[in-house]
Amino acid sequence: MTARRLLGGGRIDRSRQITVQFDGRSFLAHPGDTLASALLAGGQKILGRSFKYHRPRGLVAAGVEETNALVHLRDGERHEPNAQATMVEAFDGLRSTPQNAWPSLQFDFGAINGLLSRFFGAGFYYKTFIGPFSGTKFWMFCEGFIRQAAGMGRATTLADPDQYEKINAFCDVLIVGAGPAGIAAALAAGRKGDNVILVEQDRDLGGSLLSEPVGSPSDGWLAQARAELDDLPNIRVLTRTTAFGAYDCEVFGLVERVQDHVLAPERGKPRQRYWVVRTSRAVLATGAIERPMVFAGNDMPGVMLTSAVRSYLNRYAVLAGERIVVATNNDSAYTAAVELAKSGAKVTICDIRKEIPAQLGANAKSAGIDLRPAHAVLKVTGCKGVKAAYLVPVSSQGKATGGSVRVACDIVAMSGGWAPTLHLWSQRFGKPIYSEGLDTFLPLAEKGAFTCVGSLVGSASLRDALQQGHKAGGGTGKEPALFGHADFWGRNLLPVTVVTKADGGTPGKAFVDFQHDVKLADIDQAYREGYVSIEHLKRYTTSGMAADQGKTSNLNALARMAELRGLAIPNVGTTTFRPPYTPVTIGAIVAHDHGLHLRPTRLSTIHDWHTENGAEMMDAGLWLRPWYYPENGESITEAYVREAIHVREHVGIVDVSTLGKIAVQGPDAAEFLNRVYVNGFKTLPVGRLRYGIMLREDGFVFDDGATARIGEYDYFMSTTTANAAKVLARAEYLLQTAWRDLKVHVTSVTDQWAAIAVAGPKSRRVLTDVTSADLSREVLPNNHFTYVTIGDVPCRLHRMSFSGELAYEIYIPAKSGRKVWEALIAAGPPHNLKPYGLEAMGALRIEKGHIAGSEIEGRTTMKDLGLEGFASSKKPFVGSVLRKRPVLEDPKRPSLVGLEIIGNQGATAGSLLFAMNAPAKGHGEGWVSSTTYSPALKKNIALALLSRGPERFGETIQVVDFVGNQTLHAKVVSHHFFDPEGHRQNG
Amino acid sequence: MLRIPCPVCGLRDETEFTYGADATLRRPDMEETDPGVWHDYVFIRDNPQGRHKEYWHHVSGCRQWILVERDTLTHEIFGSSLVREVAA
Amino acid sequence: MSQYSVLSILRHGLTGNKHWPRAWRDPAPKPSYDVVIVGGGGHGLATAYYLAKEHGIRNVAVLEKGWLGGGNTGRNTTIVRSNYMMPGNTIFYERSMQLWGNLSQELNYNVMMSRRGYYFVFHSPGQGEVLRRRANVMRANGIDAEFLDRAETMRRLPMLDYSATARFPIYGSFSQPRAGTARHDAVAWGFARAADKQGVDIIQQCEVMGYIWDKDKIVGVETTRGPIRANKVALAVAGHTSHLAAKAGLRLPIETHVLQAYVTEPLKPLVDHVIIYGGAHFYISQSDKGGLVLGGDLDGFNSYAQRGGLPTVEHTLQSAKALMPSISRLRLLRQWAGAMDMTMDGSPIIGKMPIEGLWLNGGWCYGGFKAIPASGYCFAWTLAKGEPHPDNAEFTLQRFERGYQIDESGAGPDPKAH
Repeated sequence: MTARRLLGGGRIDRSRQITVQFDGRSFLAHPGDTLASALLAGGQKILGRSFKYHRPRGLVAAGVEETNALVHLRDGERHEPNAQATMVEAFDGLRSTPQNAWPSLQFDFGAINGLLSRFFGAGFYYKTFIGPFSGTKFWMFCEGFIRQAAGMGRATTLADPDQYEKINAFCDVLIVGAGPAGIAAALAAGRKGDNVILVEQDRDLGGSLLSEPVGSPSDGWLAQARAELDDLPNIRVLTRTTAFGAYDCEVFGLVERVQDHVLAPERGKPRQRYWVVRTSRAVLATGAIERPMVFAGNDMPGVMLTSAVRSYLNRYAVLAGERIVVATNNDSAYTAAVELAKSGAKVTICDIRKEIPAQLGANAKSAGIDLRPAHAVLKVTGCKGVKAAYLVPVSSQGKATGGSVRVACDIVAMSGGWAPTLHLWSQRFGKPIYSEGLDTFLPLAEKGAFTCVGSLVGSASLRDALQQGHKAGGGTGKEPALFGHADFWGRNLLPVTVVTKADGGTPGKAFVDFQHDVKLADIDQAYREGYVSIEHLKRYTTSGMAADQGKTSNLNALARMAELRGLAIPNVGTTTFRPPYTPVTIGAIVAHDHGLHLRPTRLSTIHDWHTENGAEMMDAGLWLRPWYYPENGESITEAYVREAIHVREHVGIVDVSTLGKIAVQGPDAAEFLNRVYVNGFKTLPVGRLRYGIMLREDGFVFDDGATARIGEYDYFMSTTTANAAKVLARAEYLLQTAWRDLKVHVTSVTDQWAAIAVAGPKSRRVLTDVTSADLSREVLPNNHFTYVTIGDVPCRLHRMSFSGELAYEIYIPAKSGRKVWEALIAAGPPHNLKPYGLEAMGALRIEKGHIAGSEIEGRTTMKDLGLEGFASSKKPFVGSVLRKRPVLEDPKRPSLVGLEIIGNQGATAGSLLFAMNAPAKGHGEGWVSSTTYSPALKKNIALALLSRGPERFGETIQVVDFVGNQTLHAKVVSHHFFDPEGHRQNG
Repeated sequence: MLRIPCPVCGLRDETEFTYGADATLRRPDMEETDPGVWHDYVFIRDNPQGRHKEYWHHVSGCRQWILVERDTLTHEIFGSSLVREVAA
Repeated sequence: MSQYSVLSILRHGLTGNKHWPRAWRDPAPKPSYDVVIVGGGGHGLATAYYLAKEHGIRNVAVLEKGWLGGGNTGRNTTIVRSNYMMPGNTIFYERSMQLWGNLSQELNYNVMMSRRGYYFVFHSPGQGEVLRRRANVMRANGIDAEFLDRAETMRRLPMLDYSATARFPIYGSFSQPRAGTARHDAVAWGFARAADKQGVDIIQQCEVMGYIWDKDKIVGVETTRGPIRANKVALAVAGHTSHLAAKAGLRLPIETHVLQAYVTEPLKPLVDHVIIYGGAHFYISQSDKGGLVLGGDLDGFNSYAQRGGLPTVEHTLQSAKALMPSISRLRLLRQWAGAMDMTMDGSPIIGKMPIEGLWLNGGWCYGGFKAIPASGYCFAWTLAKGEPHPDNAEFTLQRFERGYQIDESGAGPDPKAH
């Protein structure tokens, strides 16, 4: 036998011939084919190997429920594993290869697992590989082999060359599924003017109608509907698009496969497009998936869903076999059987039901079909393909009541009823409701903003489906045109899908989950061992956990467990449906946000100067900041040491634009600052600035920075770069919730101001040159500010020092940052001015014992950091009560000290501190927070937090970096290493 | 993704907001000196299953703190108001 | 109760696997127990097991409202590590790590502990310093930790993005070689089976509705299967801790948040370790079945819904592609979510509650899975002796009053930041 392409019919473009490749063989196909239909037409029976036993597998389905035919698609950087052949549109030059098979698809060494399958029952892995010895070595040895055997496709390690994009969309109605019900809904909503998005995963609109024979009455209706959809400007139709997730507040995630049906995306086009749709209401018309039957050998290539056999026949003009046994428990399979017979196949129907509707029986007879009521397929035999089916008379429970008859055949088409595609509904609303008549779970037709229509709610006929869709779309009056069409949905169903011998056993392996090789016997074993909850069953046997997420297996597994437990199906429960409905490409969801675009990059307005002048830049949060400016190929150490010396001897400038800046304005601004800072701000005069410390509510240090009083009700607060956003949000929170009586506005002005620090003994001279202002100590003492003009740019000049030198910060309207920087550079030569970067800034501040992010690390208190003196005792402030909790007052807490490292080697930040003779064990007596070589002291120094630190000046301790294999000795000193009296900065 | 009604800006995506805190908590007066009171305010939560009054910050919008009533089990949002306009 | 082994597999295989005994019994609740443990997740089951095994307290029931392991035990990304820096955490998690090493043998159930190594990739010198301190604390406590420069990181983790277009360049990594993954369901089932073997009653489909009081003392629980009295009622109900504490009139330093996790389609071996991205909150490993297991940040607001939203999916997948560009063409198979009881310092609570008769094990944030063995061991000790084991001595409810916040991230009292 083979499947064959019929001479006529089908919804394929016979005027063009294309070639697709699978496993090194070429197959002729036509536009309109899928890879699956092309392979079927070309006689390819085995398309994949199963997960566990590596059994040869062929097509089961024609759509998203396909569980066997997973292939490698494309090559090289566009290689893609686990592509469902049924969902891959055929295009010329398509290359695909088998996966999970070695050395070949036809002969897979892994199939040896199948011979040993009796030992690989449910929970096999949990019971063995424990090993004869303690520890994990034995298991990990075995795990290596298991991992190789498991998995399905092979992934590429090359970066994806394709583009993806994201669209945010809004609509009144989102309609998922463009079958008859969905189309009717879209037309009704569109006609009344709603903004509609209609989503269809297929390349064409029509849903189940595409599997009707060409020339059916539905073709005319569909053509007319498509034309009207095209005409209505308020309807957006998205084909090749999957609504993969339904989320809160009527938000849906969609992926449109824009260019997956071609060899490679056209230039400028995305491969896929991710849509986030916000809708007022949703109509789900997602249809239903046919349910397989469970009998021995039901995984043999050639055993397919009846709906799939019908789709291949009518849509792709491929007759799957010549001798076909249709195994059913409901009416829906008869149409297909008759069509198959009329197309030239010899068809036998065995129907588990005793009573068959007279009309169906008559139709079957007149088509020459051998109809056997109260019969079922007990077993299928063959070798890499169906050879025969053994039919038995069965009871209404699916148990054999007599001997079997062998019927030679090449296809077994099975129909165990239909499972509505309720994934989206269930993602949103949870457990669906069991319908006894249909032996399946249904969503509620109306819930919240969702309406479900068509076979998703088990509508009895096409007419019903159209009416439901019409109504859901908001249609009134004229109902959609009807045409002669039989019921298509599994009515009169006998809820039996498992066929066994009289004793309840199966004469061979009967599969529930094909991809994961879960057999009926595995379900039985799980039951015996007490894994009876549906979630336990799923996890213990892995049924429903394969790449198809149980689209064809869940109901059968559940039904078997219900039978074993003697419970009704709803009492056994159902597993939870989770997004995505079908697997979605990670690149699509990422869209543009990868590589350098993962996060925004924040640049100061002086940034370009830095890079033009050879600065090495460093990531600081989202900012890029100058790290150091190497001269003549200097290393980082050489560069920062030179820069730091330069600042102490001459003058340097550094870009500090990244500092957080907040305008604090209003009559109660002083009171506000007084509450958020630990130190007093009420007495700060206009024209002055003050260093302040903020605590968190729990009393730990939060942030520090200087705040200047610009005017009576006008303050300019600076924060650390890292905490700028947090400080602002916190200030807004307090002002808008707890302190609503305070008349204060806070506004971020970080981006409005560039800032440059000018530091060094010659800084005053440089600034006097460029501003022509009197900046003498008397006129502008430390912690004062004034207004100056540099070039023609009005700036504010703060006198303050982070480096410990005579220093200033210039605040400049952001757009003029570079202009002022260049003016300083231009005025620099007489004073030997040079730029310096973060690394030198760090060295200078460590020499001064100033704290930064390494010390304010979220677990340190003011006391720990030697800042207790700043806390006002005269007023409450944020954190003032909780900072006094007993543990935080413990004198043994590590506190800030300086370390002078003994020897030539510098310490590493993150090293631990131990007393000289103490064993280097446990958590140590503290840790090193910041380190540098101090050019001023010509020593390696560090800041550290050491238990009872300030009591231990002069003591020598061990500084241990375990992972760096380094133990150093250091002398504990004050953290004010350099110019502790502050003569230089006050000079 | 939640869609949160901002009283100033209208219905907006959750991504424009950050979640703040339980809105039933009352920050003690600045003058409060009892560590137990502050401990309860800073650390202790009702954390209900169901309706929850909570503060959200329209951080990428109008920067107003808003009070949202939301169900923590279903994520249903019942309404919102500007915190500064809610009776203290 | 048969012992699991290769022999038992062979024996049962030859008889059609028809005679496997139940993994655990399905007893009806007795009227009273010495200890009633509420919650049949990993923590509750492990507690029951160690109560029986280590302390001989076998008159114990574990009550589960749904199915065993149905909470966060079955919803996590299965990572096991002991890289904790704060006193109070370090030794506790290392005890857990040591118990993991022999857990399969201890329980006679393969929990598939795979010490495949954990790598935290960092992206600035400052981030490296923070990790170096952590690594040093580990080493000083006898825990394995390594520090790798960029070149060595590149050699071991070649699939990451070392190109000039990486938004956050890789400076190096910090590794714990003994860390890895375990099979989450197996942990619940293994402890259940072993506890059952010790005589513990495991009672599923039994929801606790309230407490039985004797004046101001709790002496049992009211359940959907009737009242059950107990000398000690022990809660181990991640995701419902506040709710069950509230029934006893107790308020806790906990907010419940939703955390999502993701798995891709199954693939042949691709990622051999657990890798943490320091550029954003993201982690990846590969399950033995072949799916890449991905995790990221909390959704960021209080929720019991066990259902996450798209913004976090986007963030997580963006991080995935930023760290490992070749992941782009792979497909996400499933997304799920759990309810995390986030404490105010990111560390758990194990101990006696202020109400007589009530004991709590909770607040695991999203780090509970790795802690299961030590948590069970220490909680059992605490219940048996009436006082904490030295390893869980700091996990008190009162620590916030004292100022002893065990804050690994330094984020302060903001539960969603831990």
